[in-house]
Amino acid sequence: MSEREPVLVMRGIGKRFPGVVALDGVDLRLFPGEVHALMGENGAGKSTLIKVLTGAYHHDQGDITLGGEPVAFAGPHQAQQAGISTVYQEINLCPNLSVAENVLIGRAPTRFGRIRWSAMRRRAEELLARLQLSIDVGSDLGAHSIAVQQLVAIARALDVDAKVLVLDEPTSSLDASEVDQLFRVMRGLKDDGIAILFVTHFLDQVYEIADRMTVLRNGRRVGEYRTAELSQLDLVAAMIGKELAALEDIEEAPRREVAALERGTPVVSADGVGRAGAIAPFSLGIHKGEVVGLAGLLGSGRTEIARLLFGADRSDQGQIAVDGTPVTFRGPQSAMRHGIAYCPENRRTDGLVEELTVRENIVLALQAARGWARPVPRGRQDELVGRFVKALDIRPADPELPVRNLSGGNQQKVLLARWLITEPRLMILDEPTRGIDVGAKAEIQRLVVELSDGGMAVLFISAELEEVLRLSHKVAVLRDRRLVTELENTDGLDLDRVMAAIASGGAT
Amino acid sequence: MTKVETRLPAPTVPRRFPLRQKYLPVTATAVLISLMYGLGVINYPGFSDTQIVLNIFIDNAFLLVVAVGMTFVILTGGIDLSVGAVVALTTMVVALLLENGWPAAVVLPVALLMGATIGLGMGLMIHYFEVQPFIATLAGMFLARGLCYAISTTSIGIDDPFWVRVANAQLWVGGWFITISVLVALVVVLIAAYVLAYTTFGRDVYAVGGNPQSAMLMGLRVGRTRIAVYTISGLCSGLGGVLLSFYMLSGYGLHASGMELDAIAAVVIGGTLLTGGSGYLLGTVLGVLVLGLIQTIITFQGDLSSWWTKIFIGLFLFVFIVLQRAVTRRRR
Repeated sequence: MSEREPVLVMRGIGKRFPGVVALDGVDLRLFPGEVHALMGENGAGKSTLIKVLTGAYHHDQGDITLGGEPVAFAGPHQAQQAGISTVYQEINLCPNLSVAENVLIGRAPTRFGRIRWSAMRRRAEELLARLQLSIDVGSDLGAHSIAVQQLVAIARALDVDAKVLVLDEPTSSLDASEVDQLFRVMRGLKDDGIAILFVTHFLDQVYEIADRMTVLRNGRRVGEYRTAELSQLDLVAAMIGKELAALEDIEEAPRREVAALERGTPVVSADGVGRAGAIAPFSLGIHKGEVVGLAGLLGSGRTEIARLLFGADRSDQGQIAVDGTPVTFRGPQSAMRHGIAYCPENRRTDGLVEELTVRENIVLALQAARGWARPVPRGRQDELVGRFVKALDIRPADPELPVRNLSGGNQQKVLLARWLITEPRLMILDEPTRGIDVGAKAEIQRLVVELSDGGMAVLFISAELEEVLRLSHKVAVLRDRRLVTELENTDGLDLDRVMAAIASGGAT
Repeated sequence: MTKVETRLPAPTVPRRFPLRQKYLPVTATAVLISLMYGLGVINYPGFSDTQIVLNIFIDNAFLLVVAVGMTFVILTGGIDLSVGAVVALTTMVVALLLENGWPAAVVLPVALLMGATIGLGMGLMIHYFEVQPFIATLAGMFLARGLCYAISTTSIGIDDPFWVRVANAQLWVGGWFITISVLVALVVVLIAAYVLAYTTFGRDVYAVGGNPQSAMLMGLRVGRTRIAVYTISGLCSGLGGVLLSFYMLSGYGLHASGMELDAIAAVVIGGTLLTGGSGYLLGTVLGVLVLGLIQTIITFQGDLSSWWTKIFIGLFLFVFIVLQRAVTRRRR
C-alpha cells in the first residue's frame, strides 16, 4: 500500500473532564479507502476521541485537519456537513419515527417547505438497497431488530457525501451472519474511497477487516500500526500494557475436585424450583467455595434462575433452601439477609446509580442491609471503600468521582465492590464481563477465583462459554428455559462437549 | 495466545412497535367519543341535534387553540403550565387597551405578539439555562397571572364595536351556525397538523420527543426546536386569549383558571404520550371534544353538579394514562 495523503489528521488532541484527563496528546490519521481500527481498553479514550472527531465534544488542545484544511466543529451537524458521519455504539436514532425518516431526517427532500414523503421513501430505499437491505421504509424503526437499526444508522451516515465514516462498536449486538453482512458493506464503502474508523472489542474482526490501527491506552496513543505487521499477541500487549499471563494462570491453577467441594450441605440449594413462563422446575445446589457456571444461549433461562435465587421473582413451585433450611424469599431484601448477592446483567439500568459517586454506590447495599435507621459512619465508609477500590484496582482511584465518569469495566468493578462489602455467602454474577475489555475481564475472572478460594459460593453466568469453562467447578447447561444437565468440570470437559450438550439438550 | 470469542447468537429483538399500536390511543379516544355520543343520543331528547356538537366547538374554541400549542410542547416531551395564565393576561391586556381607545387592528397583533414573547422567553430559559420545563413554565404562570391583577383586580368589560361584532357573528351553514372563533380554531388545527406532518420542523418535534440525545447526534437543531415549541404554545395562548375575550367580552384575572390542566388533559386523552415523540393533532381535537361532551352530557342530565365534569375528566385521564403505560411497556 503506497503512502497516500491522509484525508483526516488529528494532532495532539487533549480533552479533560472534571477530575479525569480523557485524552492527552493523541494523534490519529485516516486514509481514504482504508479501514482503520481504533483499539484500546475500556476507558482508554476511544469514545472521547470519536466524540471530539464528530463534534459532540470540544477538545481542549490539538488540531484537526480534514482534506488538508483545518477544521473546528461546533457540533455534530457541522461535522456531518463536512463529511464526517458517525454510527454510535448505542444506536442513536429515533425509534418512534419511520425508517425512511431516520435515514433522512434533517435533510428530507422538500418542495416549498413541504416534505416530499414519496421522494423521501424512494431515497431511503435506494440507500438501504446499497446495503442490501430491503424493508418497508414506512414502518417504525423500533419495530426492527438491532441489526437492522444498525444498518439504517449506516445508511443515514452514507447519505451525506461521507468522506469519513466512524463506526463505534457496530458489531457488539450483531450475530455472525449480520457481522458478515456489515463487513461486506464496509468493503464496498472502502472501494468507494471512504475512510472508515472502526472501533471494536473483537480482535478477530479487526484482523479480518482493518488495514491499519491506532492503539490507545489511558488516554494516550501507544502507536499506529499496519494490521499485517502486528500480531494479535503484540496488539493485546500494546492495549493493556502488562502481563498477558494472567489469563493463563487461572487455567493452570489446580482446580479443586467437585466431590471434595460438595461434601456437606450446599449454601443455597433449589429443589424443583420453577416459575411458569420463565423457567421449568430445576434443582441445583451451590456449595461453599464452589463456582457453578450457567451455560446456555441468550434467553435460555440463565437470568431467570438468578432472579429466582435472589428473590427478584417469586417461584411458583419447588423449595429454595439456605444451609439446608427451607426459606421463602419475599423479595431481594430477604435473599440479602440470607447472604445472597446479585450483580445484574445490565449494570447501567439495573445496578448503578450513575449520578452518585463511587463511594456512595459502593455503600448502597451495605446501608440497605443495615437498614436506613443506622447510617454507616463516614470514617468506616471511607475505610471500606478505600480498601475495595484498591483491591479491585478501580481506576481512577477517586471514590468521590461520579460513577458516570468511569469506563464500563470499572463500573462493573464498583458494582462488584458494592456486593463484596456485604460479605455475601453466595454471589450471583450475571454477565460480569460483557462489554469490557480483555484486561478488565482477566481481573474480574481472577477475582472470581480468589473469592471462591476464600470460601464464597459463586453462580457465574456468561455468554462466553470459554469463560464459564475456565472458572467453574460445575457447569449447569440450560436450553429453552430448562436446566438440561449438569457437567462436572474435569479435564475431559471441553467447549465441544458443552456445545453438544446445549445443542442436543443434554442427551450426550 | 489467540483468544476465540464464542459469543452465542443473540435472539431477535421482539417487534416493539407494531403499526396498529401506534394508532391505538387515538383509536381509543375515537371509540370513547362514539360511546359517549351514543349514550347522550339514547338518553336525552334533542341531543342528536347537530347544533349540540357545534356548540361544543363554540364553547371550547379557545381551549382547542391552546391545546394545539400544548400538543407541540408535549410532543417534544415538555410541558407548559403557563398557558391558562397567559390566556387570562391576554384578555386583560386586550380589554385594557380597547378601553383606552386603541384600535382593534393594533390590539390584535399586540396580543398575539405578547403571548409569543412570553413563550419565547420561557423557551430560552429552558434551553439555555437548562431549566426543567415544569419549573420555567410554572414561573411563567405565576408571572402572567400576577400581571393580570397588577392591571386590575376587577373585570374590565369590552365594548369595542369590532370585538362585539366578531363575538356575536354567527356563520350559518344550512340550519346550523358556528362562530368566527370556531373558524379560527379550525384553521389553526389544520395549519398545525400540516406543520407536524409535512414540514421539517414538525418532524424535528417528533424526533426531539423520541430521543433528544439522538436528535442532537443526528445533527438536528434540538435547541431551536425546543425554543420554537414554547413560542408556538405562547402564540396559541395569546390567540386563545383573544378568542376567550370574544367569548366573554371582558378581561379578568380569574378567566381561564386551571385551563392549563384542561389543555394537558385534552392532549393526553387525545393519545399523545406525555414522554413525547408520539401523538397526533387529530387526537388533541378529539380530546377537547371529550371534555366538551362530558360538560354537555352533565348539562343535559341536569341534576348533577358541574363538578362531576372534573370527576369524569379525572377518571378518563387515569384510564388513558394506564393505556399509554400499557402501550409503552410493550415497546420495551
